[in-house]
Amino acid sequence: MPITIAYEAKIEHISILDAKGNFDEKLGGVGSKCIIPDADIVKLYAAMVSCRQLDDVAFRLQRSGRMGTYPQNMGQEATSLGAAYALRKDDWMVTCYRENCGLFWRGVPKEAILLHWMGDERGNAMPKPHWVTPIYVPLGTQMLHAAGLTLAAKYRGEDRIACTFFGDGASSEGDFHEACNFAASLHIPVVFVCQNNFWAISTPSKINSAGLTFAQRGLSYGMPCMQCDGNDIFATVYTMQRAIEHARKTGTPCFVEMVTYRLGDHTTADDAKRYRDQEEVDAWKARDPIIRLRNYMVARKLWDDGKEAALQEQVEHENAEAVVRAEGIAAPTRGDFFNSMYAETPQDLLIQRDTMHTHSLGQDPSQLPPEAQARAAQLSAEATAAAAQH
Amino acid sequence: MANLNLVQAINLALIQEMEKNHDIVLLGEDIGVNGGVFRVTEGLQKRFGGNRVFDTPLAESGIIGLSIGMAMGGLHPVPEIQFEGFLGPAYDQICSHAARMRTRTRGAFTVPMTIRIPVGGGIHAPELHSDSPEAIYAHTPGLKVVMPSSPYDAKGLLVSALRDPDPVLFFEPKRIYRAIREEVPEDEYTLPIGKARTVCEGTDLTIVSWGASVVQCMQAIEKMSERDGCSIELIDLRTIYPFDMDAVAESVSKTGRCVVVHEAPLTCGFGSEIAARIMERCFLQLEAPVQRVAGFDTTMPYYKLELDYLPDAVRVSRAIHDCLAY
Repeated sequence: MPITIAYEAKIEHISILDAKGNFDEKLGGVGSKCIIPDADIVKLYAAMVSCRQLDDVAFRLQRSGRMGTYPQNMGQEATSLGAAYALRKDDWMVTCYRENCGLFWRGVPKEAILLHWMGDERGNAMPKPHWVTPIYVPLGTQMLHAAGLTLAAKYRGEDRIACTFFGDGASSEGDFHEACNFAASLHIPVVFVCQNNFWAISTPSKINSAGLTFAQRGLSYGMPCMQCDGNDIFATVYTMQRAIEHARKTGTPCFVEMVTYRLGDHTTADDAKRYRDQEEVDAWKARDPIIRLRNYMVARKLWDDGKEAALQEQVEHENAEAVVRAEGIAAPTRGDFFNSMYAETPQDLLIQRDTMHTHSLGQDPSQLPPEAQARAAQLSAEATAAAAQH
Repeated sequence: MANLNLVQAINLALIQEMEKNHDIVLLGEDIGVNGGVFRVTEGLQKRFGGNRVFDTPLAESGIIGLSIGMAMGGLHPVPEIQFEGFLGPAYDQICSHAARMRTRTRGAFTVPMTIRIPVGGGIHAPELHSDSPEAIYAHTPGLKVVMPSSPYDAKGLLVSALRDPDPVLFFEPKRIYRAIREEVPEDEYTLPIGKARTVCEGTDLTIVSWGASVVQCMQAIEKMSERDGCSIELIDLRTIYPFDMDAVAESVSKTGRCVVVHEAPLTCGFGSEIAARIMERCFLQLEAPVQRVAGFDTTMPYYKLELDYLPDAVRVSRAIHDCLAY
């Protein structure tokens, strides 16, 4: 028998506004037909500028000891923002930790993100109507949750979908592959968005996949896959609109690779100079999503130096206020971590909480000799006073 | 002799053993070019080449599963799991496979490998970067679990692990990676897995601890022996499994009192096992119930409250007081 082709596939790459300023009118549309109305273009630009400035603020907070380890988003603003713009307000966004811009577009308060990295769980208490999940720190775990959230919506007869984000590195984790397989096989409309930023800490993307694209990872699970320029807000919006339409119409998943670049270190605990060339970083700086959009807006006479100066002033003010709110929150009460472990705190935990400053763990105070009981009573009074001061 | 911190002592042990044993191969996330996020494997890829020290895709289950195969194939892999909080995906490979391979094949296949894992809290790290899961693995038959508390011990114990014919989880306490320096011999030495160290001798009470908590215990002892004149013996368990119950029993039989200190949560923490064994072996010599100073039975909090969670010298001193008061 002759050999036949059992499977063949192509991956489309979508670019609308390239780094040189060329605009593909066929895909992007012109004037009133543009896929993003002019008024929204200005808003999206402002969102990216604001996110970038907050990144800078957070970096300085960490360096001055006011924040713990922080992962900068710099250079990747157009990816999650394009998705957030294209999604319906009540679709789920299930993110990793480099999607600040999209989360802020959704209305997540900036102080929530700051608080998270300031080592405070209250930063994860996302207001429900934003339809976002808390930041996920370990890699690759959240995609299955996105599938579950969507399945729950489907079960209840809602047409809400989920869009989940992860990096090139996270797509090596087993959970990622299980999420793709579950979503495709069980007909769960999830949009998988791979932010290929070329670096997983020091691991180059070629070590995370020998394939030509990350988009093709989705092919083996039987879902349509696309790749777009992740530093081009028009391309991310256009691609996401198509992906979302597919998911909602067919009730099945879709895979989008956004090609972008991590301009900063992995986190403030990392030093990317150890493992990558400055020339590479400089080349990507020239493809910065913010500069690219600004040049477009200036050329279209939507923007000028005066507006830019006013915007800078406004975002600096807004972000400074967010920092004040994050730092101004009352310190968590000592022992706060006992209080949200269970819906109903078990008795044993209540005892641990109430005696944490006075007794050894597991100690039954009534067993203590009188001398030790007196000392425990004194410690208890001191602890109460200290807690009040705290 | 060189004055080294824990990171440097581990690095030195790896270099010396890799030079002797060409079957030792290092793998993990960011361990090659970057030298590991804590720089423990700094310079090793340059020195030994990309065949012996290599970066993997980001998948902990993959890293351990691959290592098991390498070990079954005759090598001694040294996989690194970047933080203990990322052990989750590797749990199945470690507990369902590495731990059981020898017995289920009655010795036909074995898994000699040393899994290096930074562990514990106290460094202001994000979530899932500060846990202490040693008891989970000590509870899994077939695994050895080691946690050094000093540079000297780290080198000697790691060399033993690298020569061990069975899987060893080598937990490295992040909090003291660079906090302590001491003289570490360049010459070869090993410290046996399963033997504790008596850090200081005493007659009134025994403290049993391991990892970074040993440092908190030493602070408490220093304060209390100055202020209250009590004589406290500190035993650093060094290895959680197998563990040196003879050393513990001998000490507690002498002092009659014991406080166990660890970062991991109280319930089913390894302190539970120590306390039970003391009951079995020293019941007639005990003057007081065994006291435990441990993490609470909650999720390790984010760093704003981590010092409230972790055992410190104040809590250790209080337990010593309580124990002595009986």
